[in-house]
Amino acid sequence: MHTVLNRLSGKLARLRPALWLMGLLLALAASSTGARAMNIDISEYTLENGMQVIVIPDHRAPVVTHMVWYRVGSADEQLGKSGIAHYLEHLLFKGTKRLKPGEFSKIIRLNGGEDNAFTSYDFTAFYERIATDRLELVMDLGADRMANATFDDKDLKTELEVVKEERRSRTDNNPAALLREQLSAATYTAHTYGRPVIGWMSEVEALTANDARAFYRKYYTPSNAALVVAGDVDPANVLALARKYYGKLKNTAPTPVRARTQEPTPIAAKRVEMSDPRAASPSITRQYILPGVNQAQPGESEALDLLGQVLGNGSSSFLYKQLVVDQKIASQVSTYYSGDTLDNGEFAISLAPAPGVDVKDAEAALNAALAKFLKTGVDQASLDRSRNELVASSVYAMDSQFRLSYIYGSAYAIGRSVKETRDWTDRLKQVSAEQVDLAARTYLKIERSATGVLVPGPALTAGTTSN
Amino acid sequence: MKFLKLGLLALTLCLFGIVQAQAFEIRQVESPGGIKAWLVSDKTVPLITMKFSFRGGTISDPAKLQGRSYFLSGMLDEGAGELKSEAFQQRMSELAGRMSFSADREYFEGSFQTLTENRQAAFDLLRMAVTEPRFDAEPMDKVRGQILLGIKSDAEDPSRIASNELLRNMFGDHPYARDAKGSAESVSAMTSKDLKDAWAGIFVRKNLQVAVVGDISPEDLGPLLDKVFGKLPEQGETATVADLKMPDKGSITIVERNIPQSVMSFAMPGLLRSDPDFMTAYVMNFVLGDGGFGSRLMEEIREKRGLTYGIYTGLASWANGGLLIGSVSTQNSRAGETLDVLRAELIKMAEKGPTEKELEEAKTYLTGSYALRFDSSAKIAGQLLGIQQENLGIEYIARRNGLIKAVTAEDAKRVAKRLINPEALTISIVGRPEGIPLKTGGAPG
Repeated sequence: MHTVLNRLSGKLARLRPALWLMGLLLALAASSTGARAMNIDISEYTLENGMQVIVIPDHRAPVVTHMVWYRVGSADEQLGKSGIAHYLEHLLFKGTKRLKPGEFSKIIRLNGGEDNAFTSYDFTAFYERIATDRLELVMDLGADRMANATFDDKDLKTELEVVKEERRSRTDNNPAALLREQLSAATYTAHTYGRPVIGWMSEVEALTANDARAFYRKYYTPSNAALVVAGDVDPANVLALARKYYGKLKNTAPTPVRARTQEPTPIAAKRVEMSDPRAASPSITRQYILPGVNQAQPGESEALDLLGQVLGNGSSSFLYKQLVVDQKIASQVSTYYSGDTLDNGEFAISLAPAPGVDVKDAEAALNAALAKFLKTGVDQASLDRSRNELVASSVYAMDSQFRLSYIYGSAYAIGRSVKETRDWTDRLKQVSAEQVDLAARTYLKIERSATGVLVPGPALTAGTTSN
Repeated sequence: MKFLKLGLLALTLCLFGIVQAQAFEIRQVESPGGIKAWLVSDKTVPLITMKFSFRGGTISDPAKLQGRSYFLSGMLDEGAGELKSEAFQQRMSELAGRMSFSADREYFEGSFQTLTENRQAAFDLLRMAVTEPRFDAEPMDKVRGQILLGIKSDAEDPSRIASNELLRNMFGDHPYARDAKGSAESVSAMTSKDLKDAWAGIFVRKNLQVAVVGDISPEDLGPLLDKVFGKLPEQGETATVADLKMPDKGSITIVERNIPQSVMSFAMPGLLRSDPDFMTAYVMNFVLGDGGFGSRLMEEIREKRGLTYGIYTGLASWANGGLLIGSVSTQNSRAGETLDVLRAELIKMAEKGPTEKELEEAKTYLTGSYALRFDSSAKIAGQLLGIQQENLGIEYIARRNGLIKAVTAEDAKRVAKRLINPEALTISIVGRPEGIPLKTGGAPG
């Protein structure tokens, strides 16, 4: 559930000094739980055409972050058209009635700015980071992109090749990524969260200009979008500019209804096993289907945030102490609740067996440790510590205007209000140990889960070397 | 590694003629005990960020103890003073502080953040990590296991294989060619005495540089600097490293792997950060392949031909030599075509340099975007540390855009010719590339 695809990813990342810990090895290691920020005076408006405007003050540097978030992602794609949301995101750099292909980014560059975009299951977003006095320029360009994109056949074909190369780089060249893709597909019986954001290669290859046009008209309309501006700006001024550029746009379609097929209550444990000669060492990933923020009972998603922290985030967490420190059966273990989702959320566990430990023994030890946790429950000291860490993470988030923009923009995309997002730390403070135990016992059931095991060995599947 | 830092080494005050006042003031702080730091005080967010480094990274590891600095970087928060590993981690977690260490080729770096309200206790934990690491056997074995897994994983990672192979081909057995993690043999044999030796050699005041940003005054910072670093000895032993020697003739090596996409690394000899041509080379390389969208290589290879998701080049400039280095991935069947376009672009740049227009556009972007490198405490601290490491002076931020603007088309052309030598292009490819006439080498797939 973590997949967020950037239009352009890191430069020569391999040559960076190695970061400590094995982020690369584990599916989930990345960022700490979805910190939301508090104590910020955020302004909100709705334009006449229904577009939301969110302004976040950050007066520390003469820099502004401008983002446009759309309530559409890969999970909104029609059957057979996987990858169209992401492909369209690429195509929205390929020109408008006013701009030639590539000219958008060129103008941003010539004004000393950076731009990029990303696509995930529930959202697509575009952003620029630029000197504050260029805000009007990027708003003008952002509005043009929402309304006036053109789709030239030749550019479309070339860009499709780029997307296929992106898929090869991210997924097909990487057995762990292939396993994650298979695991997600196995996790879901009905919901489109089971499809990869980038799309299946066979479907990506067949995407057309008409697919892109139809998707654009349906979803890229003002009432389905939010403008997020963070920086050294005056909210009244931002609103005036937003009215001038975004406010004048007419809706091209009725506000899309996101009525996706919902996942039925899971009743059978699923399992994916993959053997690949390119895998260096075994790994185990398990994900459980459970409520996301929109489906959870009051306090429940906050209890799951805390569970993710207590159970497996960091070296003081329960599973790390059990499996890495005490039993020495794992080299690394982590858990993560991914609940900032439109529909259901996921709870994921990743484990790397210690060198020489059989993957079956590692899985058995994991199951035993989980059973022990469910039986004894969370201890108050661990809970308090985890709560502190999560509350602190919202203070750390305040150091980055990009991060703040991301937090509020992605919340909009899944239908959460600014207030709900800002009050997250208050709600965290009210969660009791009993609520965490109840959430764990209710949802960490094997029948709600899919388990993926990757082992080094001869390839048993055909899907690893296509194209 | 330097070229990411030199992205660092650039900041902006002037945007297109509009003079923007620097949004912050850098102060040079000297603690009562004589520890120096650069400080930017800003009370907006109740956080303190500190980055520091000691000169002496993985290239200083003895040949038989490769991976020693990297191992050390994983052990400093695994128990210190009277706190064993678990107790230490638990204390850090209670304070919600963030502490990490990393070993670069030339620097051992620390990164630390704390909430203002917890600063006394959090700085005290940092003091313990820096001055009283324990190196207990149990956490050492845990970390050893993690590193060994990392080494195994790297051995199957196409990008890592490609860049390691490239560096071996260019540097032979010189320490710069080593992988930071070391080898399975060296890591398996590492003892706590080895790590203590590494710590004692690296953690000396002479090699220390510090940058602090956030909610703290110079008066309050001084005593904290003394607390953390004051007990370290002034001098230690520094290993001397020979200058890099690289082959005049390029080569292509293929490491066969059954993957759909060929992953390529390529490089030519580069230059030192202290070279008078450095800034010109930086701007020229921006035009060539460092600009993301808009760079010549990205335009020709991604935008026009759809051959790749991304191609980049960068200057890697160290104390003992440098590289112009790059990477690109493409489906196996189009690997030859991709290399042909790359070569043609290199030849074109070497012969003619950037056009006047390209140069002006690059300078406009590089000067205009400098401010983006200073929009968070963590980024500012990273910049201040990088500028100290390169010894560019505290006024560098004010000077930097002038240096970029001073690059002339004539200079850029001369430096392109000096630096880009397609004859010396060394390439390593991992995959099953087609259309490349040569012999196969490297480790078996």
